Amino acid sequence: MSSKLLWQIVLSLTTVVPAAMAPGAYAQFSDPASEPLSAMTVPQAQLMQPAELAAMLKAGGAQQPVMLQVGSHVMFAQAHIPGSRYAGPGSQLSGLQLLEKAVALTPKPKLIVIYCGCCPWNRCPNIGPAFQRLHNLGFTNVKALYLPNNFGDDWMARGYAVAKGE
Amino acid sequence: MCAVLLCGFDVPAQSSLELVGKTAPEFVRSDLAGREVDLKKNRGKVVLLNFWATWCAPCQVELPEFERWQHAYGAQGLQVIAISMDDGDAPVRRTVRRLHLDFPVLMGDAKLGEAYGGVLGLPVTLLIDREGKVVSQFKGETDLGEMESQVKQLLAR
Repeated sequence: MSSKLLWQIVLSLTTVVPAAMAPGAYAQFSDPASEPLSAMTVPQAQLMQPAELAAMLKAGGAQQPVMLQVGSHVMFAQAHIPGSRYAGPGSQLSGLQLLEKAVALTPKPKLIVIYCGCCPWNRCPNIGPAFQRLHNLGFTNVKALYLPNNFGDDWMARGYAVAKGE
Repeated sequence: MCAVLLCGFDVPAQSSLELVGKTAPEFVRSDLAGREVDLKKNRGKVVLLNFWATWCAPCQVELPEFERWQHAYGAQGLQVIAISMDDGDAPVRRTVRRLHLDFPVLMGDAKLGEAYGGVLGLPVTLLIDREGKVVSQFKGETDLGEMESQVKQLLAR
């Protein structure tokens, strides 16, 4: 074995092994190789404020975005943005597969707004992976609804429209 | 116009914050160990009712503390009850084993969340006094020292 190849193996082990052994909040995810990206990785320019989305919904018309909730299904069933579909959780492989299915027929330039609101933004395990997956699929107009605290406080409590059920 | 959009949609009758000062909504459910958990049968105890999920990072910080409090204050009448808002029980069971949680852990759902005013962000913890009244609520990343202080005050009553 060449020393170069041996060095490459050593380098890869220093990233793979620590990730595989990392304890903590994400230990339950089925695919340890895809540890969730933080929502903080979404570029500032791709964030959408709740007031902006609410105004867009209020205006109606043909330019409505595709809206996808990429968090908890239990929370989606309690309350979600009218017209949005469930496509998560982004932190799990099964959720990302659901997301891919949800956008399979969506034109690549179409505005897609993803949201979660499961927990404080800097702790959300769902937005980051979902955003990255859509980017990797070639969607060029993806925004993440910025909910700094949670869906209840940052959307519903502000009087914006909500719907219940599946 | 926002009010118009709300018309015809069901919204929770009261937010969880509005439960403070009121009797905690009752429920009877089985925990993960198959034991019946009847909130009403915990009258006379101070109940720490925690809504959490395995994907919620702040929840993972709180749960070991709640386990410690259950052991420290259980004899004085504290009962911790944790309700998971996960979509399935497999990761919940793994987490319960990993954290060695002894208090009842139940699977929640949209119906239970709605009964508590809509659990639309985690974690949420309600402190319920010995008469079954919700006396305080903690949401998101919270000051566990303050929460523990309130638990001790309620136990002293």
